[in-house]
Amino acid sequence: MTGARPLNPGRWLGVPMLFVVLATILFAAPIRMWGLQLPEPVFAMVPAFAWAVIRPSILAPFALLLLGLFLDTFWGGPTGLWGLSLLVAYASVLAVRNMLTGQSRPMLWVWYAGACALSMTAGFLFTMMDSLAMPSLVAVFWQFLATALLFPFAHRLIDRFEDADVRFR
Amino acid sequence: MPFREGPLGDLKVPLTWTAAVALIVAVVIAVAFLLADRRETLQQQAYGVTRQTVDTVSKPVSGVIAAPGRWTGVGVDAVRNYFFAGSENARLKTELKEMRAYRDRYLALVDENERYKSLLGLKTDPPIPMVAARVVADSRGPFANTRLADAGKEKGVVVGNPVMNERGLVGRIVGVAPGASRVLLLTDIASRTPVMIDRTNSRAILTGDGGPNPKLEYLRGSEPIQAGDRVVTSGDGGVVPRGLPVGAAVKGLDGRWRVVLFADSASIDYIRILLFKDFAQLADQQALAAKVLPPVITENPEQSILGPARPAAPPPAAPATTGAAPAAARPTTPAPTAARPATTRPPATTRPATTTPATTAPARTPQ
Repeated sequence: MTGARPLNPGRWLGVPMLFVVLATILFAAPIRMWGLQLPEPVFAMVPAFAWAVIRPSILAPFALLLLGLFLDTFWGGPTGLWGLSLLVAYASVLAVRNMLTGQSRPMLWVWYAGACALSMTAGFLFTMMDSLAMPSLVAVFWQFLATALLFPFAHRLIDRFEDADVRFR
Repeated sequence: MPFREGPLGDLKVPLTWTAAVALIVAVVIAVAFLLADRRETLQQQAYGVTRQTVDTVSKPVSGVIAAPGRWTGVGVDAVRNYFFAGSENARLKTELKEMRAYRDRYLALVDENERYKSLLGLKTDPPIPMVAARVVADSRGPFANTRLADAGKEKGVVVGNPVMNERGLVGRIVGVAPGASRVLLLTDIASRTPVMIDRTNSRAILTGDGGPNPKLEYLRGSEPIQAGDRVVTSGDGGVVPRGLPVGAAVKGLDGRWRVVLFADSASIDYIRILLFKDFAQLADQQALAAKVLPPVITENPEQSILGPARPAAPPPAAPATTGAAPAAARPTTPAPTAARPATTRPPATTRPATTTPATTAPARTPQ
């Protein structure tokens, strides 16, 4: 029965959430060097992808919702926008979770980029409906690119907890 | 009785299903939040307690995180100033020579402007008080472009105040908390600012889209704009004062007119919040509302325009005896008489001939 041991939510949900919050605050510093600013990746996409790959969970969607609400509040965007966008990506990855199991690292990176693109597209559409205006596609692309480069962190999280509960392998 | 010994003890629901239910519930909550959001209304009530609390907490945290970056910037500036002092000195001397000519012209224009104002009796706008603040956090994504400034309610900042840096307009305040305030940048997708082209006075609405160069929409007039035209605030609607520098017009790759913001050419570490109130806010609304409205003027049934003209009552004395010469010299405008409460008095006293005999008596003299 040791294989059916449930994961400790504090370790696989709480700690990544804390890191996401800290990284978001860190990258919001108003630093400008030679006219260039820091990129603004959506760090919450890392757990949104990794949690769905690791195992289905009751707490994970609510943790993502909380992260999304934090992003909206901290960034000053419409409340619920990032919560909904992250959940769309999470739900999609959860639906195709069986296909992702056993994939190589580059292939997983492609899937992660796809999840990022889906989340950005959702955010784009929700913003269009909320503000009745079209966001800049170039700005969306830059944020997508910065977020897609975060895959190594997602892979590290998956590696760390994928085998922790054999019921969902 | 323990749960496992009860009738539902053997009930086992697959985790996948419960996870799916949890996901749906979370999505519903997120949708409800998104539908209830009133961020674009730019009202203090829409900026809830949660956002205020997060801003208040974020201010010191982000301030500490931003401090090393700020110190690094100061250090880089100091090194640059040391090594490039000579070339900068030469540049400043050239600039000073140009500025002397501008100063002379400026002083002449100020003098001329003052004379015109005194001649016209023009009431000018009062000076706008300002509050200096430092930016401690910013968001640069496509869906939200805001800054967190370290000045809040205690300094008199209110929602709607325009925000500038030393080069131009940055945005306006959308949320105020104790010790912190949230600035919506001109580039944010929810930002709409009335502007005009300085050269042609053509009006437009500056619309953010999350990119670095907001769009100019609803441009009016023929040939209203050229590349490089200076764009300033128009003051329409009373949201921002008129004439604040915004940026220069450029043609975007998508063929639309956009604005390169002046504020982007300088660091937005330090900003000035203009405690601006438009005329509608400055006026004493209660005093205006306390005025007694003039009575409604209705048709006098005894003075119908369709019926025969009645002879006017004899003029009541002194004004009528002022003579014909001044009466002819005065314009015969019915407006003053129309404003009087004609229906509240007997017909004999309400006729124009009796109230303003100098203007109307010659025309209404009985034949």
